[in-house]
This record gives sequence, structure tokens and C-alpha cells, in this order.
Amino acid sequence: MSNSNFTRRGALKAGALAGAGLSLPTLLRADGGYMNAPTGSSVTLGFNVPQTGPYADEGADELRAFELAVEHLNGGGDGGMMNTFSSKELTGNGILGKKVEYVTGDTQTKSDAARASAKSMIEKDGAVMISGGSSSGVAVAVQGLCQEAGIIFMAGLTHSNDTTGKDKKANGFRHFFNGYMSAAALAPVLKNLYGTDRNAYHLTADYTWGWTQEESIAAATEAMGWNTVNKVRTPLAATDFSSYIAPVLNSGADVLVLNHYGGNMVNSLTNAVQFGLRDKMVNGKNFEIVVPLYSRLMAKGAGANVKGIHGSTNWHWSLQDDASKAFVKSFGTKYGFPPSQAAHTCYVQTLLYADAAQRAGTFNPCGIVEALEGFEFDGLGNGPTLYRADDHQCFKDVLVVRGKENPTSEFDLLEVVEVTPRAQVEYAPDHPMFAGGALGSCNPGA
Amino acid sequence: MFGLNQKDKSTLIVVAALTLLAPFILNPFPEGSALAQFNAGYPDLMQRFVIFGIFAIGFNILFGLTGYLSFGHAAFLGVGSYSAVWMFKLVGMNVLPAITLSVIVAGLFALLIGFVSLRRSGIYFSILTLAFAQMSFNLAYSVLTPITNGETGLQLTLNDPRVLGQSATADGSIPVTNLLPGLEMRSTYVLDAGPWLFQFNLGYYLCALLLLVAFYVSIRIFRSPFGMMLRAVKSNQQRMNYTGLNTRPYTLAAFVISGMYAGLAGGLMASMDPLAGAERMQWTASGEVVLMTILGGAGTLIGPVLGAGFIKYFENIFSKINDNVLHGWFAILPDGIEDFLVFVVHPFIGKGWHLTLGILFMLVVIYLPGGLVEGGQRIGKYFKRGSDDAQSNDASTKPAE
Amino acid sequence: MDAILLQILNGLDKGSAYALIALGLTLIFGTLGVVNFAHGALFMIGAFCAVTVQRIFNISFETIDPSQKDFLGNPLKVKTTYLEHWFGPEMGGSIIDWSVPLAILFAIPVMVAVGFIMERGLIKHFYKRPHADQILVTFGLAIVLQEIIKYFYGANPIPTGAPEVFRGSFDFGVLIGFDPNAIIYPYWRLVYFGFAALIISSVFAFLQFTTFGMVVRAGMADRETVGLLGININKRFTIMFGIAAAVAGLAGVMYAPINSPNYHMGMDFLVLSFVVVVVGGMGSLPGAVLAGFLLGVLESFASMNEIKSILPGIDQIIIYVVAIIILLTRPRGLMGRKGVMEE
Repeated sequence: MSNSNFTRRGALKAGALAGAGLSLPTLLRADGGYMNAPTGSSVTLGFNVPQTGPYADEGADELRAFELAVEHLNGGGDGGMMNTFSSKELTGNGILGKKVEYVTGDTQTKSDAARASAKSMIEKDGAVMISGGSSSGVAVAVQGLCQEAGIIFMAGLTHSNDTTGKDKKANGFRHFFNGYMSAAALAPVLKNLYGTDRNAYHLTADYTWGWTQEESIAAATEAMGWNTVNKVRTPLAATDFSSYIAPVLNSGADVLVLNHYGGNMVNSLTNAVQFGLRDKMVNGKNFEIVVPLYSRLMAKGAGANVKGIHGSTNWHWSLQDDASKAFVKSFGTKYGFPPSQAAHTCYVQTLLYADAAQRAGTFNPCGIVEALEGFEFDGLGNGPTLYRADDHQCFKDVLVVRGKENPTSEFDLLEVVEVTPRAQVEYAPDHPMFAGGALGSCNPGA
Repeated sequence: MFGLNQKDKSTLIVVAALTLLAPFILNPFPEGSALAQFNAGYPDLMQRFVIFGIFAIGFNILFGLTGYLSFGHAAFLGVGSYSAVWMFKLVGMNVLPAITLSVIVAGLFALLIGFVSLRRSGIYFSILTLAFAQMSFNLAYSVLTPITNGETGLQLTLNDPRVLGQSATADGSIPVTNLLPGLEMRSTYVLDAGPWLFQFNLGYYLCALLLLVAFYVSIRIFRSPFGMMLRAVKSNQQRMNYTGLNTRPYTLAAFVISGMYAGLAGGLMASMDPLAGAERMQWTASGEVVLMTILGGAGTLIGPVLGAGFIKYFENIFSKINDNVLHGWFAILPDGIEDFLVFVVHPFIGKGWHLTLGILFMLVVIYLPGGLVEGGQRIGKYFKRGSDDAQSNDASTKPAE
Repeated sequence: MDAILLQILNGLDKGSAYALIALGLTLIFGTLGVVNFAHGALFMIGAFCAVTVQRIFNISFETIDPSQKDFLGNPLKVKTTYLEHWFGPEMGGSIIDWSVPLAILFAIPVMVAVGFIMERGLIKHFYKRPHADQILVTFGLAIVLQEIIKYFYGANPIPTGAPEVFRGSFDFGVLIGFDPNAIIYPYWRLVYFGFAALIISSVFAFLQFTTFGMVVRAGMADRETVGLLGININKRFTIMFGIAAAVAGLAGVMYAPINSPNYHMGMDFLVLSFVVVVVGGMGSLPGAVLAGFLLGVLESFASMNEIKSILPGIDQIIIYVVAIIILLTRPRGLMGRKGVMEE
């Protein structure tokens, strides 16, 4: 790792020679027609994940996945999902024959810090691609930065519609699913379980991700006949949700939807169960709680409270397809426990980037964009998947999961209830929930 | 020169030399060497050093001179950033009007908050400023989203009007910030000197120039009758009041000036990277500038700049060291020792950079009651003892008090 | 009406946590004159005492069950806790179930010891230093403490349940003639409220009715004179620090079932607890308690939908709005003493 700078040096040197004058109009490190073009025997990727703050554990899991992906790309380990991936371009010989090196940074789950960290990867370490992150605010901010700098951004965990909606960028790609897809996948399951005559009460984290998810879920449930009693916004910094939960039972609602993530979700769900909501009967029906976006780490934080509660995830380690099994085996053998969905999406994003570069024959962002746009692939754990050209969003099956009643281990917290097929969660690129932005054109930084 | 005495002049010259030569000073290790990890001479971090230096200098004008501990200064930085980004969105990508507007808006905001908060002193004042800043942060994150773009942060889009500029460049990108048309903030000249690489960034030099101006103004304030008055407020406000003098206008002026410094810092941040995140206004950000000032040495001229550099260095450099890097460093050692060293160092780097910073806070405040400046003085004294005693004070690290 | 009663109840419960933390903070402020930014960390350590006890009770041995498979397809290792093994599933299970209340016994000595070490090892050197230095050193300590916890327990929240009998909620409305489900409140939060009331009144009684408390109160009022009388006030201050740490820690232990503890929960409470203390008035214990309950109730009211629909976002800022109004109308907060930290 320590010699990762060699790669950039050549680029810098060439750039320096090219621009002997002062203050040239463009960045000088764009030799070879694009930003940070690797000239040595290796190529540097930047993994920008939350290492401090509430999402540090999720960030740590993402980092494990990145390390695993780099190991596999360089021909180490058992190859993981490289063996099941439908594209066979990657041979364990790095990317385009260059050894893959990586640098890491801390987003702190703050837009500013994430951008500072990403900038240091671009300016100091010469990274050609940045990936990772576990919040939509950070993803959108870093995606914007990468667009300006001429770097590819492979989003990590980001679930807001905006990432590939109004804030989409030509240099940014998202494999993870989004609020709309969660809603589209959950609605039919909820209909079967709880019927069409239900009154929903939304508690929503008061920021952009929460709003887009609330909008998506409300629209999908109303379309199948549910009535939305109330939508209440809760402060992001709230730790005790009792004053928001207390009025729910008396509002005539019989379903509570928690549009919360991370610590917010752990606390609001814990509080809701504390108030005994799940033991109550309202309007002659059992009171139910729904958590649209689930993750195993959140389920772990909420403990026994998740039992029997439905939600959606991008991927789960208990899937039995060959790709998922290969990934779980390779991750589990190395680290001793199964990967989270955040780890999965980060691993997949890294492979997809590497494969795109291999197919394009260049690290030039415009070449990568061309290779990824409209790319159809399979064998990465989510079934046949499309990277749509219109908005750089992946379309694939979505999992509906439920908190498991009798977990056999500390990781066995969720069980897959249904795999909602891709066709059911697709939407038009100009869908109103995603309108208002433009991809722009790919920026190679030169 | 500049109406400064000999000592202050040499301080200014030292600061000028340090900032202008920063691209060399901060990149002491050859590229590709194991220690290159510790190089900080890349544009983004150098800009941050200088911008937070300005922020801390301004904070020190209030806290160092009057003793009023504001716990909400980040609000002014945030407001400055938002103003600048709005200028980029509505008017054009030139940074000068944006920075000017940031300073003015932050000044007005400081006037408002200062007018109310300065009715109380001591911890009551601190809590009032904290309350205002937290209100700004919470609202910016939620209900003010149309103005601030909430969690994501206010950013430029291809649809912005930019009446004096262009909404999008010819190739369909968002235009970048500039000083004059063609002089982009991100332009970087790379000097290749043997194994070393030095990056000279236009944006950094703009920030550095403004830091020198800000530093110069702060020296003049420290040495002026106005500064004297502020110090009198710190030592005994009651006595001042008994002499029939109303101290409020003086403290309010100091508050507004330091708010304008914060606004300048915010405007510069947005000019270097046109995005304004709400968390710039959170109490942790306000607390950070307090820590920078105390860590460097409150009430000294150069201390706050040192403190700012110290904290930003750890945040940006230590957080990027990972186990892989460690193995690279210790690779020459036998395997057992290598693993042991990685095991020992591991908790303090990467995700553990907070721990390192916390420990250093404690060590500095325990052993150097006057902050980093005192450390500099002690080193200075140590060397002087070795050389000639006749030489009097070491100007570069002398506190102002 | 029922909605208002419910929010008053909830506000009192929230307020009891605020009051407990603010009480400990004021003890240190008032008696020692130290701005302790590490107080939130003490609260957090308390909560992790509960986590630790739960972990200790759950120490288990593994037996291999070949009929089941783990995620890699190897035979599943089934864990059985020693407690259940020794005392049988019935008895052992209920000991584990009661781990949070039992953690109180563990937390008291731990927290007092932490308080003593902090005061003797660090804080006592800072009595004569400026408040700014105290802030820096205690903030540094807070970071170190929480990073240590993070190193051992991770960043994810750790569920720490209340005993089975206290789960679920109590229907108050039925008692006073409302419809069922109109006013329900969780048992454990009621327990927390009662516990807070008990701790607060014990601290007050201790200061009011014991000789020790009298000396400490005298020391708060005029430290020098008490010293001149030949009383070793320093030793008593150390003990007060231990008590303050224990109060914060117990608040944390009992809070663990309300919200799963995580390593930064102290920082989340830190700003709030300072606001509570200052609104209550520097150096006033009753003020801190009063302000805790007042802000708790007002915060609950502000989150009512009826109020939020008139003033959007009011629940985000209510605490700060109230703080500003009170500090502008009452210069030293609700019950502050003149001259305490006003310089």
C-alpha cells in the first residue's frame, strides 16, 4: 500500500511537464485525457466509509467488503462472486493488468467531512474511483464532487430516491435500491398480510431521505386502499420517540410506519414496542408496525423488538442462489460472520467498476460510463440486473423480509418472506418522484 | 512597516512565510516513501488549514480578548457558506462578490445574536449563543430545507439561473468557481522536484492572502485602544461599568467582527468547494473552534492558527491510515514484531483517530497550560539556554498577553 | 384532554432523565466549580454497566448440534449460558431477565470508583485553571472514554431489555374514566420515573440532613471560610464527585432498556444537560431538577401534532427557545445564585 503514490507520480510528472506556466485553466493532473490516469503498474481506488459516528459498524463492514473485493480482483482468495458473475472479463489479474491498490477515509456521515476525505483521495492519492458511504446526504454530496472532479462514484448504501432522481449525476452509479422500490415491493405483501382496509400512521425522520421514503410508501399503500391518518416528522437528533409514539394508539391508526434508519429506527421501534403497540387491537384488527428499510445491523440494535416486523432489504445473506452463497462463503471464511447488505452492495459496486473498466479498456470515466450504461448482468446475488442508462440506477429483485421469531445465532435475525420480481419495482425515468434533475454529461476531468 | 512594532512585524513575516511556502513545508516526505502518508501539502487540506485558521483568529478576537466564550460561532460560518452558495446559484461563479456577501450576512446575523446574547455574561452567555446556533442548525436541517437543501447540503445544479454567468458550460457541466474568468479556484500548478511533488493551488493562495489580511487586522485590533478596552472587559467588567463606561458597544463590536471572520471562513469554504452542509452549524462545529483556540493558546496571536492546523491535520491524515498502510510501514520487521506493532498502533489510527485526538487534547492541556504556543516557547527557551542568553524574546511564539 | 394528560405524563418521564443528569452535573458545577464535559460520558458508562452485566450473565459454552447448520454450512454451535446450566433454565433465565435491575448493584461501586479516579487523577489539578482549560481536558476525556467503549462494544446500539414483567404498558385512561388505549404508558418508564424521584430525593435528603451534607453545602457557599475552619473540604469534594458520577451512572443503567445504549449517547445528552443546568440556574440543585422537568414537559407538548401543525419544526427547537426566553427574563436562570460562573 505504501507505494500507491507511485502510480500517481507518473501522472503528476507528465502533467507538470505539460503545464510549465502558472495557473493553467484546468487541473494539471489530467494526463492521458482524464483525471488521475494511472501510469504505473497499479491503480488506486478510494473507499470512503463512515468510520466514526453512529454508522461506524456499517462502515467497518463496507470496508471489509472492499478489502475482499480488492483481494479477489488481484487474484487472491477464492474469487467470491467473480466466479458467478455473468461477465467473465475479470481474471484475477487486477484491472486492465494493473494491480488494484486502495486508500480509505472517514466520511463521519457528514457531507463536509465526506467531501474533504474524497478530495484528499483525489488530490493526494490519485484515486480514479470513489465508493462507499451509508447515508444519502453523503452519497449525493460526494457524487456531486466526483462529477466536478472527473472521477467515477460508485454509491454505497444510499436509499433516497434523490440519489438517482433529482440529484443524479453522469459520473455516479447506484446499485442499491431506493425508497420507491421498497414501497413497490412491500405494498403487495402488506396487502396480503393486513388487508386493504387499514389506517397508517407515519413517523418520518425529518430530512430528505425520510421524506422521499414517506412519499413512496404513502403513495403505494394508498394505491391499494389504505388510508393515511397522519404523517409526523421527527427530529433527526431525537433519541427518545415516546412523545411521538404516545398519541399513535389514540389516532384511529392500526398500522405504524417507521420511516427511520439507523439509530433513529432502533430507538423508535424499541419505543413503539415498549408502549405495547403490538399487543393492541384497534378497529378490531391487530396493531402492526412496518419498517420499510431494514438492515441486519439495525435489527441487531433493536434486538427482540424486530420479531415479526416486515420491511425490505437490498440483499440478505440467507439467499440461496450460487452467487450469494459464494459471497457469504468467501466473506464468512475471512471474517467469521456473514456480510451485511451494505457490505454486499459495496463489494458488487467494486466488481462492477472493475468489469466496466476492463470492458471499456480504459479508466477514463467516460469510457466507464458508456460501459455501465444499459449494462445487463447476473450472478451478483440479486438475479438479472440492469444498470439503466437514463438515471444510472440498478433494477433488480427486491427482498421483503421479516424479523425472525426464533433466531439460531446473533446474525440470523431476518428471514426472507418474498423476493419481489424486478418488473414489479420498475418505474419510468421521468416518474414524478424522480423528476427535477439531469444527468449532465460525463466528466473526465480534462 | 504597516504600523506594527518590531515583534509583531516579525510574527507577521513568519506567518506569511509559513503560509506562502506551505506547499513545500507540508510536503516534506518524498512521494512514494512510507512517510508520504503524513504529507499534508495537497490543495484541499491546505485550504482547510487556512480557512479554519481564519475562523479561529476571529473567534480569538472575541474569546481571547473579552473572555466571552461563544458556543455558537459555527452558525456564522454556516450562514456565510449558504450566502456564498446562493450567490453562485443566482448570480455567477466569481468568488469575490460571494465572499463579500458572506461577510456581510454573517456580520448582520452576528449583530442580531450578539445584541441579544451579550445581555448576559459568563456561562449564561455561552448557553444563549449555543441555543441560537442549535436552532439554526436544527431548522436548516429540516423546515428550512427549501433554503438550505437540508441534510444533503446546498449545492449547485445545472438549472441554476446564474444571471451574470452561465447555467451550464458548453459540455454540459456545472461551471466552477473562479477569481476572474479563466482563473479557476481549482487550478493547480504541480512542481516536480526530484522525488518530491509540490502542488500550488490558486484557491489556496487566495485563502492564504486573506488569512494574512485577517491576521494583520487581528494584530492591529490586539494593539489598538479598542483591543485594550476589550481586555479591560475581560479583567474586570464591573469596574469598567463603575467608571461610568458602557462596555456593551465594545463587546458587541468584537462579537460582530469575529462573526464576520467566521463568515469570511464560510464564504471561502464555499468558494473552494461549492457545497454548504448544515452540519457546519452544529454544536460540535462550534465546539471545534473553541477547542482549536484553547489548544493553540487562547489570547495569543498565532495560537488559534496552530490549533486549527493541529485538529484538521489529525482529522484528515490520521483517519486515512489503515491496517494495510501499517503493514507497509512495518514490512521490513520480522513477521511477529510487525503484527505486534500493527496490533498496538491499530486502535489509534483509521477509525480510532478520535481517540488519538482526545488523548492529545488531554496531554496538551495538562502539560502545556498555555496551549501549543507555550510548547513553542519552551522549545525556544531550551534552545536559547544552549546559545546566547543575551538574546531576548523569541518573537514568533510569544503570546500577545 | 387525554392527549394533554398523556404528554404531561410523558414529559415528566423525559424530564426525570434530564433532571437526573443535570443534578449530577450541578453537584460538580456547584461544589467544585468545574465545567465537566465528561458528564455525558459518565451517563453512557452507566448504561454500559447494564450491558456488561447482561454480557456477563450471558457467558456461555458451546455444544455442537449436528442436526442444524450455521451460515457456512458447518454444524451449528449451540450456546448455553452457564447461568442456565447451573441454575436450570427457569432460575437462570430469570436472573438473565433481571440483568438491568441487578446491574445497579454492579454500577454503584464502578461509578463511584470512576468518579474517584477522575477527580483524584485529573480534575483536582484543574480547580484553579480557567474554565476553558477544564472544558478542553474534560472534552478530551469524554472522547477517550467513548472511544474505549466503542473499541470494546462497537458503534451499533446494543439491546438491553427490561425484565419481562415490566415490558408492555399500563392503561391509565381506564383508571380515570377514559376509553381504553387513550392513555397508555410503558411500565418500565414508570419505573424510571419512580427511580429518578427516589434518587433525587435521596440526594437532597443527604445534603440537607447529614453533617457531611451540611459541610458540603457550606463549602459550596464559601469554600475558603470552611477551609479556614479546619475542615478537610477537598476530601469531601472527592466524595461528592463520586456521588455525582454514581447519580449519572444510575441514570444510565436504568435508561438502558428505554433506548438501546450506544457509545455516543453521552454526547447526545451533553448539550441538553448543560442547557438544563443553566436554565435551572448555576449552583442551584432544585433549579436543575425543576428545569429538567419543565423542559421535559415542554418538549413533549411541542411534539404534539396540533402544535406542530401551527408551528412547524417547533419540536426541533423548543428547548432552545425556552432557554433563551428564560435567560433573557431571569438573568440567572430559574434559581441561580449570584456570582456563580458569571465572570
